[in-house]
Amino acid sequence: MELKKIMFYPGCTLKGVAKNLEDSTVESARVLGYDFIELPGWTCCGAVYGLAQDSVKFTIANVRNLIRAQEYAEKIRDNRLVAVCSMCYNNLRRAHLDVMKNRDKLQTLDLFMDEEPDYKGEINVQHYLTFLKEEGFDKIAENVKKPLKGLKVAPYYGCLLLRPDEVAIDDREDPHILEELLEILGAEVVDYPLKNECCGSYHTVDKKEFVAERTFKLVSVAKEVGADIITTSCPLCFFNLDKRQEIAKKKHSGFEHMPIVYFTQLMAIAFGINDDKVLHFEQHYVSPREVLSRWL
Amino acid sequence: MAMKRIGVFICHCGRNIAGTVDVKRVAEEIGKREDVAFSTTYVFMCSQPGQKLIEDSIKEYNLDGVVVANCSPTLHERTMRNAAARAGLNPYRVEIANIREWAAWPHEDNPEAATRKAIRIINATIEKLKANASLEPLEVPVIRRALVIGGGVAGIQAALDLADAGIETVMVEREPSIGGNMFRLSETFPTLDCPQCILTPKMNDVGGHPNIKLYTYSEIEDVSGFMGNFKVKIKKKATFVDWDKCTGCGECLRVCPVSVKSEYDLGMKDRTSIYIVNEQAVPLKALIDQDSCIRLKFEKKVQEGKIKPKKNVKICSKCADVCEPEAIHFKNNEEIVEEEVGTIVVATGYEVMPAEAFPELGGKYPDVITALQFERLLSPSGPTAGVPRRPSDGKIPKSIAFVHCVGSRDPQNGVPYCSRICCMYTIKQAMLVKHALPDTAVYDFYIDIRSNGKGYEEFYHRAKEEYGVNFIRGKVSKVYKVGDKYRVQGVDTLTGRIVEVDVDMVILATAAKGSEGVKELAKKLRIPYDEWGWLKEVHLKLKPLDTPVGGVFIAGAAQFIKDITDSVAQGSGAAAKSLGLLSKPQLEKEPLLARVDTEICAGCGRCKDQCAYGAITIDPIRHVSVVNEALCEGCGACSANCPTTAIQVVNFKKGQIIRAVDILAEVF
Amino acid sequence: MMKYTIKEDPHNDERVREIMEISGENIFACYQCGRCSSGCPMAEFMDVLPNQVFMFLQEGDVDTLLSARTPWVCAACFTCTVRCPVGLDLAAVMEALRELQLRKNYDYVDPYRVENREELPPIALVSNFRKFTP
Ligand SMILES: Cc1cc2nc3c(=O)[nH]c(=O)nc-3n(C[C@H](O)[C@H](O)[C@H](O)COP(=O)(O)OP(=O)(O)OC[C@H]3O[C@@H](n4cnc5c(N)ncnc54)[C@H](O)[C@@H]3O)c2cc1C
Ligand code: SF4
Ligand code: SF4
Ligand code: SF4
Ligand code: SF4
Repeated sequence: MELKKIMFYPGCTLKGVAKNLEDSTVESARVLGYDFIELPGWTCCGAVYGLAQDSVKFTIANVRNLIRAQEYAEKIRDNRLVAVCSMCYNNLRRAHLDVMKNRDKLQTLDLFMDEEPDYKGEINVQHYLTFLKEEGFDKIAENVKKPLKGLKVAPYYGCLLLRPDEVAIDDREDPHILEELLEILGAEVVDYPLKNECCGSYHTVDKKEFVAERTFKLVSVAKEVGADIITTSCPLCFFNLDKRQEIAKKKHSGFEHMPIVYFTQLMAIAFGINDDKVLHFEQHYVSPREVLSRWL
Repeated sequence: MAMKRIGVFICHCGRNIAGTVDVKRVAEEIGKREDVAFSTTYVFMCSQPGQKLIEDSIKEYNLDGVVVANCSPTLHERTMRNAAARAGLNPYRVEIANIREWAAWPHEDNPEAATRKAIRIINATIEKLKANASLEPLEVPVIRRALVIGGGVAGIQAALDLADAGIETVMVEREPSIGGNMFRLSETFPTLDCPQCILTPKMNDVGGHPNIKLYTYSEIEDVSGFMGNFKVKIKKKATFVDWDKCTGCGECLRVCPVSVKSEYDLGMKDRTSIYIVNEQAVPLKALIDQDSCIRLKFEKKVQEGKIKPKKNVKICSKCADVCEPEAIHFKNNEEIVEEEVGTIVVATGYEVMPAEAFPELGGKYPDVITALQFERLLSPSGPTAGVPRRPSDGKIPKSIAFVHCVGSRDPQNGVPYCSRICCMYTIKQAMLVKHALPDTAVYDFYIDIRSNGKGYEEFYHRAKEEYGVNFIRGKVSKVYKVGDKYRVQGVDTLTGRIVEVDVDMVILATAAKGSEGVKELAKKLRIPYDEWGWLKEVHLKLKPLDTPVGGVFIAGAAQFIKDITDSVAQGSGAAAKSLGLLSKPQLEKEPLLARVDTEICAGCGRCKDQCAYGAITIDPIRHVSVVNEALCEGCGACSANCPTTAIQVVNFKKGQIIRAVDILAEVF
Repeated sequence: MMKYTIKEDPHNDERVREIMEISGENIFACYQCGRCSSGCPMAEFMDVLPNQVFMFLQEGDVDTLLSARTPWVCAACFTCTVRCPVGLDLAAVMEALRELQLRKNYDYVDPYRVENREELPPIALVSNFRKFTP
């Protein structure tokens, strides 16, 4: 089968501590018939969007990325740029919407980057989930070889797929796209009420204890509602929910570990991929191996 | 013909006009005109001495036309015309020049320009006035009957007041019984009356009143005509039961095998497919819901050709089998009836936003319900006999949280306004919980307590002091289920702390909106409404019950959400307004209507296409346009579209307007 | 400090205006419903609740906010932003409060002193430094 070429924006984290996300994304896409091509010349998205109205400095890098995509889009005749990291998705999409809405901002940036062609505003930044949904979830159903029957999954969206409103990939208070996908994979989705709550984000750098408290709450509630595992799409959420369990456990006796996986890893597993070079469970603090053993 | 002895009266409006416009200079300038016999200024033309000045001047100077230069004609045109009439001058020979809103206010910073603009406005008005005709008001006959749409407490009150005053009154209610939302309530703040006890006598009065003709389970299909002479088509929806025969015995309800959610109980209870709304319904009649009845569903499918009728298979007819008076006929008895009335009162009430609209507040869980649903659980006649139980498992709740302002005061996620009644009913419900379940803990999360009514603040204090309700100031942001409990994530903005509490049930005080379907009804009546479905009054302060359509009044929560006290008062108010019109043998109508010059009219019919009131017909024999004076509102849409200027509105003729515009448009 | 004297109309306070300019938000629109605070995932770690931030601003008391921990605890999760009934972007106001200090070359976090840098995902470091260093 000829694979369809799609531009893929990996982002920094996927190149290091989140190989598990990158490889499972690319491999699951391959199963579905897509060749995810790393956007040539991409640079860091900046991770957080600048909120000060009087400054454009945080928008530059993303517009540059969009210009790269614009060039490549012409080659492959597809203007979709797919990101899987929630932060990258949020930043790229916000930057696109921001400069489309505030044309003077775009003009300033175009002038500033006079070595670059102007951004024409035609790049469609998509999250992998939205991309899959648009292409049709039935395609996924056709490729499920090992349905995740009996696996109780808490879908976790975090912030940046849902907020602010203009970039939300689904209803911000009651999203369902991840649930839909997981059900197609055969998993049993639990009603996880904290699915759109923040993990503590970048405070993990200088205020680990706060983040560990968030992790404690998010994981305990997932347990209380019956989940075996939490799934996410953001490497920062992943890190906080996974690694910060270490501190949570020290502070709260009786706290039980719960493995965290990317939805793309679940997809890969359901597609019958059982390869450490794709799943990279060595990158997990809490190993999912036991919980997933039935499908590995 | 053209006037030669015009009087011009320039108002200071205190300092509103005179503070900017040099009124003395205006009077002098205008006084120089040949056709002006007298011009003067006065501090308040609308005051009694001001009006007297006009009357006296008309007589003294033998004036044949008057221009009053003051504020907008919507405010005082009537006043000035009446003054002229008292002095014997035809009122249509009086015109208003609006120099306040047009000259003084917009040019406050440039008195010179304001003064010159005022002069020009007056000159233009004089030109228009000079071609005015003397007119007499039209008289139209009145049908001495009234229509009330909506049988809630406001509509009931209006109908009873009208009927008691001897007016034959038609009431149209879309539900099978009258009573409205009040009939769903448990007890009413601030007196804790039982609403059924105080409303059923009134409902029965409506049902048995010799002057009231009641159509329930009916809707307005079409409205035509005008003040004093409305023609109304009413659709009586299909009940599949002969109400003349049905005695309301309820035997059929006992045998029907189908069970669906009851609309009256807002899903808190089930009903059968054939049902009577409740034991105190007026009228007390059974009807079949065709969407759930086994037999009717089967028959429909057969009719649509989806299934073939089978022989020897008995389709359910259990209800009909037990019905002694043989009232159940399963025939679609939908019917359109026509009524003629002189006035219409619209009292279609309100609805509340559903809990499901608020997923972050747990609206999808069965034990997180709206306050209106909770009224049913608190009502002694409700599904739990007044002792609240959880809808999910029937357990008695040991703790309940109330959340105020759900969707209200929230332009981003709901409605911008305060829904007015929810603070009070939440306090009431908290008290009633304590009555029924003294050991149940009650947490009331509010932003502000709005208790501005007679006895309301005292009621709130009782809840705090005597009932042990816990009040916490801060809006809840999230409610979610953990195990068997609902976790409420709130804040106390007064101590500045996050507050969390696990409870068994959560009651949401969701925002009120105009009733479903009210916009379609309003379109049929040609009355305005806002984006949330509230019917618009002509003036919020001074004409709260009037609509721009003469003879159509609004009352109760249909205008804006309000409590029972205010709804009843408005019901009576709208009845009095109707009576005012219906007590006259004839109604006067402004004669400023379209007239056709049959010499020029080509009979093209463009005017007819433009008329929103259906006032124009084309005479098939003479081939000219004919205006029905009773229907014409004088809007001028016809004349603007007439290619030959044959159809024109009296005193707004093309020549008049063009002359006035010419003056206004001269280079400044 | 349980007493505060209002010396001038907070609407005219220069720093309040600057915060409004940087954030693009009319802080006077807040009517203290508290929904931002009750939904804030970080509120329990703050010393001034998000709704109180607005009250301090409305009273012109920027000093208290500049010495508060809150703006540095906010995670820019936008929960408050999307739920605020009057549509205030609180996350942007928090950013403005940080910017007021960062633009004076203030380092809230010293990048060279971060522990276990190598285990942290790059997005964590980048976002943290963007929010907490000039
Ligand atoms: C939870 C809750 C508790 C409350 N508790 C109290 C209380 O304790 N004390 C108090 O004073 N007030 C209370 N209220 C307010 C009270 O319900 C209203 O003031 C009152 O019901 C308004 O009466 P109404 O006749 O104007 O409207 P409604 O009661 O809404 O009646 C309108 C009627 O019009 C009918 N209708 C609607 N559209 C059409 C149509 N197109 N054609 C024909 N008919 C139509 C409806 O079916 C209904 O019968 C409470 C409200 C709520 C939500
Ligand atoms: S026919 Fe049967 S299902 Fe239909 S209303 Fe009568 S008893 Fe109920
Ligand atoms: S009446 Fe009370 S609960 Fe209802 S919207 Fe107004 S303030 Fe909120
Ligand atoms: S949510 Fe908005 S209005 Fe409410 S307290 Fe917070 S900032 Fe103010
Ligand atoms: S953006 Fe900041 S203040 Fe707002 S809810 Fe998130 S952490 Fe709290």
